[in-house]
Amino acid sequence: MCRSSDRAAGTRAGHGGLRRRGTRATAIAAGLLGATLFAAGAAPAQPWAGIGRAATPDEIRAWDIDVRADFKGLPPGSGSVARGQVVWETKCESCHGIFGESVEVFNPIVGGTTKDDIRTGRVANLARPDYPQRTTMMKLSQVSTLWDYINRAMPWNAPKSLTVEEVYATTAYILHLAEVVPADFVLSDRNIAEVQNRLPNRNGKLVYDEMWKVDGKPDVQGSDCMKDCATDVDIRSALPAHARASHGNLAEQNRVVGPFRGADTTRPPASEPGKLAAAASTQAAVTQVHVSRGTALKPPLEIAKDAACLACHSVDRKLVGPAFREIADRYKADAGAADFLALKVRSGGQGNWGAVPMPANPQLSEEDLQQLVKWILAGAR
Amino acid sequence: MGSTDSTPGRIRKAPEGILSPQQAGQAHRARRGFMAKALAMGAGAAAAGAARAADGDPAILNLPAHTKSLGQPVAARGYGQPSAWEKNLQRRESPGLTRVSAASVSFTPLQGLFGIVTPNGLHFERHHQGWFDIDPSGHRLMVMGMVREPRVFTMDDLMRLPAVSRIHFIECGANTGMEWGNVAVPTVQYSHGMLACGEFTGVRLSTLLDMVGADTKNGRYVLAEGADGSSMTRTISMESALDDVMVAWAMNGEMLRPENGYPLRLVVPGVQGVSWVKYLRRIEVGDQPFHTKEEVLHYVDLMPDGTHRQFTSVQEVKSVITTPSGGQVLLDRGYYNVTGLAWSGRGRIERVDVSFDGGRNWRGARLEGPVLSKALTRFNVDWVWDGGPAILQSRAIDETGHVQPRIDQLRAVRGTRSIYHNNAIQSWRVSETGEVFNVQVF
Repeated sequence: MCRSSDRAAGTRAGHGGLRRRGTRATAIAAGLLGATLFAAGAAPAQPWAGIGRAATPDEIRAWDIDVRADFKGLPPGSGSVARGQVVWETKCESCHGIFGESVEVFNPIVGGTTKDDIRTGRVANLARPDYPQRTTMMKLSQVSTLWDYINRAMPWNAPKSLTVEEVYATTAYILHLAEVVPADFVLSDRNIAEVQNRLPNRNGKLVYDEMWKVDGKPDVQGSDCMKDCATDVDIRSALPAHARASHGNLAEQNRVVGPFRGADTTRPPASEPGKLAAAASTQAAVTQVHVSRGTALKPPLEIAKDAACLACHSVDRKLVGPAFREIADRYKADAGAADFLALKVRSGGQGNWGAVPMPANPQLSEEDLQQLVKWILAGAR
Repeated sequence: MGSTDSTPGRIRKAPEGILSPQQAGQAHRARRGFMAKALAMGAGAAAAGAARAADGDPAILNLPAHTKSLGQPVAARGYGQPSAWEKNLQRRESPGLTRVSAASVSFTPLQGLFGIVTPNGLHFERHHQGWFDIDPSGHRLMVMGMVREPRVFTMDDLMRLPAVSRIHFIECGANTGMEWGNVAVPTVQYSHGMLACGEFTGVRLSTLLDMVGADTKNGRYVLAEGADGSSMTRTISMESALDDVMVAWAMNGEMLRPENGYPLRLVVPGVQGVSWVKYLRRIEVGDQPFHTKEEVLHYVDLMPDGTHRQFTSVQEVKSVITTPSGGQVLLDRGYYNVTGLAWSGRGRIERVDVSFDGGRNWRGARLEGPVLSKALTRFNVDWVWDGGPAILQSRAIDETGHVQPRIDQLRAVRGTRSIYHNNAIQSWRVSETGEVFNVQVF
């Protein structure tokens, strides 16, 4: 939208008139004071053009941390493989393993590349369907990416805590684990481009425009056949029976009403139409809801809220009915108060606190009732 | 739950009431009374007394507590919650997919949702380094790089700017990724649940680029960067940036949820979710793609020859039947409203066809309005289940004429190890017992 010539021209003029239509004075004003001076006689600018402010050089330095493939943004510095090993063992190894091979927490970083890959720039194992994993070093086509990501996001639990030297060193150590650089290597901004030329998968990427541009051409087109279409209707893949409950009980992952229920995957599939599966799953679903609404640990105020007590009572102030604390005050010396009050809450009544009747509360469970009464008599705290 | 016949509180549906006792018995044995039972249970298991079919439904005959007592006051919950009966519909992790939950994904329960708008609390999550609830008063957006004047915006600033609201889908590039090689998960939540759709409100990125005087001629790329620990970065094309990309603070009428980037995220319509950078702190205009980690190591599509396709971003035409779907059980024979979702990152959905015989014959589904560009489109189609086996599929066609492919068509070009951008036709097998299974059929 801002490429439309009218608006772009107007904005440029408003911001400083450097290209057309603007006055020299406007250019200077905008240049000096940011975009706050647009009022008097300036060329047409968007009325919101003054919102925001110029970023300071220090602010840009603080946040402009990205390192591009051409190494734009890479800070000068260096770090040795040896130093990298120290960083690795204290800050990286716990997740990534001694040799960057661990699959315990994240995907492995090192492995699967060969000396021949370093020569060709293509990782041969990527073409092997039987090769079990794809490590970072198998996929990495830009060494800048490794440096950038360690710098911005590592260590995982304390990102941006490494010094520039530590980032170079850790990068060097990983490259050494992958046999891209020797043990005595010192990686720096001056030799990183040479390292790029040794990356095992540096030639393994294809920038794929067809799925980058919204008007790109799809590489796989389906068929819009409507009748007697060619298909075997063969079931080529399905979950094995032993994986039935791999994602938990599906009865508990579906709604309790509607035309479907979740399958009860704690049992084998039903052998007859509809047999038990649906009813059982409903039971499971409803039971689960009841359990999750369990009353044992419910705070008394929640009980009061759920039972609609708070429509008429508050903790410390008289509303329609007395405050809970007024009730506590009145009965504090009365040993039988709990039973009396439980009966009043359960059955309702009139006359103790005025003419407005208290409704019965048959819906309260006995446990909730006892807990509620105890809490009220203790001052509702 | 052994024998339904001996369970008290069972009711029979009206049609059985006009059958002879013998016929009714037969009909009942055929259906095992589970629908009636299910309804009774759903309405409140405790209320089910010893009513007989002749008396009527205990849910009608015995007035429930909510009909006979005082309900909750207004504002009992300052921020409303779904009914406790809806607790089964939750975002869930897929077991074994990841090893640490701060670098993981949770899936939207598509099997239970309606229409095209995903409830904010059920919007899928993907975090690389955990999520934060960021103080919006301290949040800043810097727009810099190849611009005349790099600038900083506070949330106060951004929310003063001319706002737009647009409904768009967001789909993770890896959605359905576990199914490239074979069936791996049981339900649509796990197969397609990295998908959501909502109304986003924010300022167009083009407005901001305009304000900083971006060099859009030479600066053909934009880097977006987050403010969280991973400070995740993605390259956006300047073409998109000037077209429909938004810097959004709101989703479905309220501010973004923290899990979805509060207070600010990028919205890149039609493009995979990883580009919708959350906790957005910085936009940089540049003359080359940035080759970030999510463009070099992840979100690259492995082809059979070992090459990785890079910068594959557009989410191509796709659809899925959400109900009935894997892991669900049909309660009875007869009529069903089969429903699902269709979407395309290249524009509007033109047509959705549905097959009940594994792709041999197809018929058109009803598209529910609104049918919007780069948004989910809801479709419905009538189906009468005769109790026999069936294989349900849906197939979408977008306004560019792109037809959603079968998995074998995708594999013929891209192999089986791609992870990303699997937009294959989904098959659900309905067994004679009414249970639905995830299968691959072609």
